[in-house]
Amino acid sequence: MITEIGHFALILALCVAIAQSVVPMVGAQRGNTAWMDFAAPASIGQLFLVGVSFAALTHAYVTSDFSVLNVAANSHTDKPMLYKVSGVWGNHEGSMLLWVLILALFGGAVGMFGRNLPPGLKARALAVQAMVAVGFLLFVLFTSNPFERIPAEMVPLNGRGLNPLLQDPGLAFHPPFLYLGYVGFSMAFSFAIAALIEGRVDAAWARWVRPWTLAAWCFLTVGIALGSWWAYYELGWGGWWYWDPVENASFMPWLAGTALLHSALVVEKRDGLKAWTVFLAIVTFGLSLLGTFLVRSGVLSSVHAFATDPTRGVFILALLLITIAGSLALFAWRGPSMKAGGLFQPISREGSLLFNNLLMSVGTATVLLGTLFPLLAQAFDYKVSVGPPFFNSVFVPLMVPMIVAMGIGPLLSWKRADLMPALKRLWFVAAMTLGAAALTGVMVGEYLVMSMVGIGLAVWLAGGTLAEFVGRTRLSPKRMAHTPRSAWGMTLAHLGLAVAIAGMTGAGLWEQERVLVMRTGETASIGGFDLTLDGVDSRPGPNYEATRGTFTARRDGDEVVVLTPEKRIYPVEGRPTSEAAIHSMLAGDLYAVIGDPQGDGHVVRLYWNPLVPWMWVGCLIMVAGGTLSLTDRRYRIGAPRRSRLRAAAQPAE
Amino acid sequence: MKRKHKRLTFVAIGLLALGVATALILTAFEDSIVFFYSPTQMIEQDVPPDRRLRLGGLVEENSVARTDNSGFVRFKVTDMVHSTPVVYEGILPDLFREGQGVVAEGRLIDGVFRADEVLAKHDENYMPPEVADALKESGKWEEFKGAMTQGDPSAMPAN
Repeated sequence: MITEIGHFALILALCVAIAQSVVPMVGAQRGNTAWMDFAAPASIGQLFLVGVSFAALTHAYVTSDFSVLNVAANSHTDKPMLYKVSGVWGNHEGSMLLWVLILALFGGAVGMFGRNLPPGLKARALAVQAMVAVGFLLFVLFTSNPFERIPAEMVPLNGRGLNPLLQDPGLAFHPPFLYLGYVGFSMAFSFAIAALIEGRVDAAWARWVRPWTLAAWCFLTVGIALGSWWAYYELGWGGWWYWDPVENASFMPWLAGTALLHSALVVEKRDGLKAWTVFLAIVTFGLSLLGTFLVRSGVLSSVHAFATDPTRGVFILALLLITIAGSLALFAWRGPSMKAGGLFQPISREGSLLFNNLLMSVGTATVLLGTLFPLLAQAFDYKVSVGPPFFNSVFVPLMVPMIVAMGIGPLLSWKRADLMPALKRLWFVAAMTLGAAALTGVMVGEYLVMSMVGIGLAVWLAGGTLAEFVGRTRLSPKRMAHTPRSAWGMTLAHLGLAVAIAGMTGAGLWEQERVLVMRTGETASIGGFDLTLDGVDSRPGPNYEATRGTFTARRDGDEVVVLTPEKRIYPVEGRPTSEAAIHSMLAGDLYAVIGDPQGDGHVVRLYWNPLVPWMWVGCLIMVAGGTLSLTDRRYRIGAPRRSRLRAAAQPAE
Repeated sequence: MKRKHKRLTFVAIGLLALGVATALILTAFEDSIVFFYSPTQMIEQDVPPDRRLRLGGLVEENSVARTDNSGFVRFKVTDMVHSTPVVYEGILPDLFREGQGVVAEGRLIDGVFRADEVLAKHDENYMPPEVADALKESGKWEEFKGAMTQGDPSAMPAN
């Protein structure tokens, strides 16, 4: 019964979305206030209906209602409650429902909190948001219905369980965050399309778009970091990024979204780069859709791939093409009419933001090319794959000048700046950078140049960011108290990236790996630690059987930690998973995996992964910076009305 | 600087970045594109000896052997017409199974494929598209699909 209510609510949500995509849009064209006012209640109603639908599916999972096909295929009564709930989005149908829920959530939030928005912009943006929702609701209802029932006589006694790899806290929350990011960019997209229809982009528009983009960016950063972290500890391969199509699918919107975040800043503060910002908003959401398509259709071979259904791919491809072609056509038609304001010299804050935007866009384009190249080659009957070496030798060098500019940019003033005074303030940082690079060069044997560049960039970026902060506040508590939260946010986010760069350099270049067969009592050394295998035993878990190896790690004879990697067999699903044992220290991770028996011992894989925790901490700092910036006064007090537009176009700081 | 010149500055920077990217891409494509071979193609075509390749097919039944204490695993990858012997040092992915699809990356040395990577997959119903194509080419796809006793392949995308 509840399942049918869920299905029915979803169909009603589709009806509401159709009305919401037409009525306010027509109203806005004709200046009919009543029709325009329909948008907000409709968006809230749509959120309510999709929410009911999602709650109904969650109910079916929590109560293990195996008459629902989706539950029977993906759940089991023995599963811990956390994974019963996360199982809702641990499969294609349910995760698409989550997608639609988040889409409705963002629309509903604008409907609820967007009272200050200019009515025309709000009506149009919500109408565009509803159009996207119509496409995805149709997709869920016609190709991926999670509420499908099994005929009564065929209802199984128990379910088939959830893929054990997904039964993990890191992955339980990875999809929701990722979708909050992906789908969050739909808000910037809807505002961009609305602005194109209105033919007006101004500081008030940017002040609305930026917090949504920033929120989406924070979520996406968390989502990507969680996914990478999960792959690192759960897949037992010691790696954290493989430049795999599925990883790139989430990384491309992140890159474009980061660029958007910074160009929207120029629109907000200086009324410039308008057409570019609108274009970036379209591209960012387009890349999110492309990501969804690449992951769902299975057109590309991926290390993270799951079984897929080609018909669904065709549907999403159609949605993708309609959205991108339609919005780019609209952009080509209306974009040139957008008057550029806020002139600036190449050497200025805007100039450095645009420079970084250009590099990031070119970087995104190279990732896109590398990701789609196998598809292009397939059209000519070549089967190829493009792996990490390509991305490392193309994308990474492009980011080097960008990071260098990131250290200087915040020190430049808006509109017109002098490079020399900024550089004078950075001579100390430059000296530290060279010192750190030289020190790295002395300490590291392998990948000498890349290590020096990586650590040098991290120090340069951190130093430049701190120099800007010190210059701004002169470290006086009073000045710090008056520093806007958005400025704190920028400082933190840039520092976070610096920490993450140091982490990636260490983790990417200095990793040590050993694969060997160990018998009980044997000792192996890695990264300055001696690991002794004390024994291998089996232990039962709630819904699995584990083989556990016990290693004692010693450094110079002193015990550091006991590592207990496991190999688990899940009898319901009939699949094994490896649970790596990781000991995190400031200097790096000691990482052990136990494999199958071989000879009279077990295959083990030992890693010393230097600076890995720095990557996760760096991502956390970046997200903290974004969140802090989100609480900035100017977003809390509400966007300026258009009548105050001229005043708002002045630089706010 | 006139307005036109300012715009030109950025167009020039953009073009320069694109140019550098193109140069980087062209040099990287030379040695980082990995071609895919099926076991039949390994035999029929001239395989360049010092290039990284991908080999895909099914893990041949009863071919997985962990012989000694060295950590090496030997197995054969087949498209049900020909098969290629593979040597891999390390821990196989959790879902590595005889009779199932696999993609390995490495080099072909003296007729033996030395894999340094066996791609993990997260779902036992997942079949890499290249492997499905290889089986279709060898004419064994229907036979393989018939042998698969699994029910409907429930998709489980994680992201």
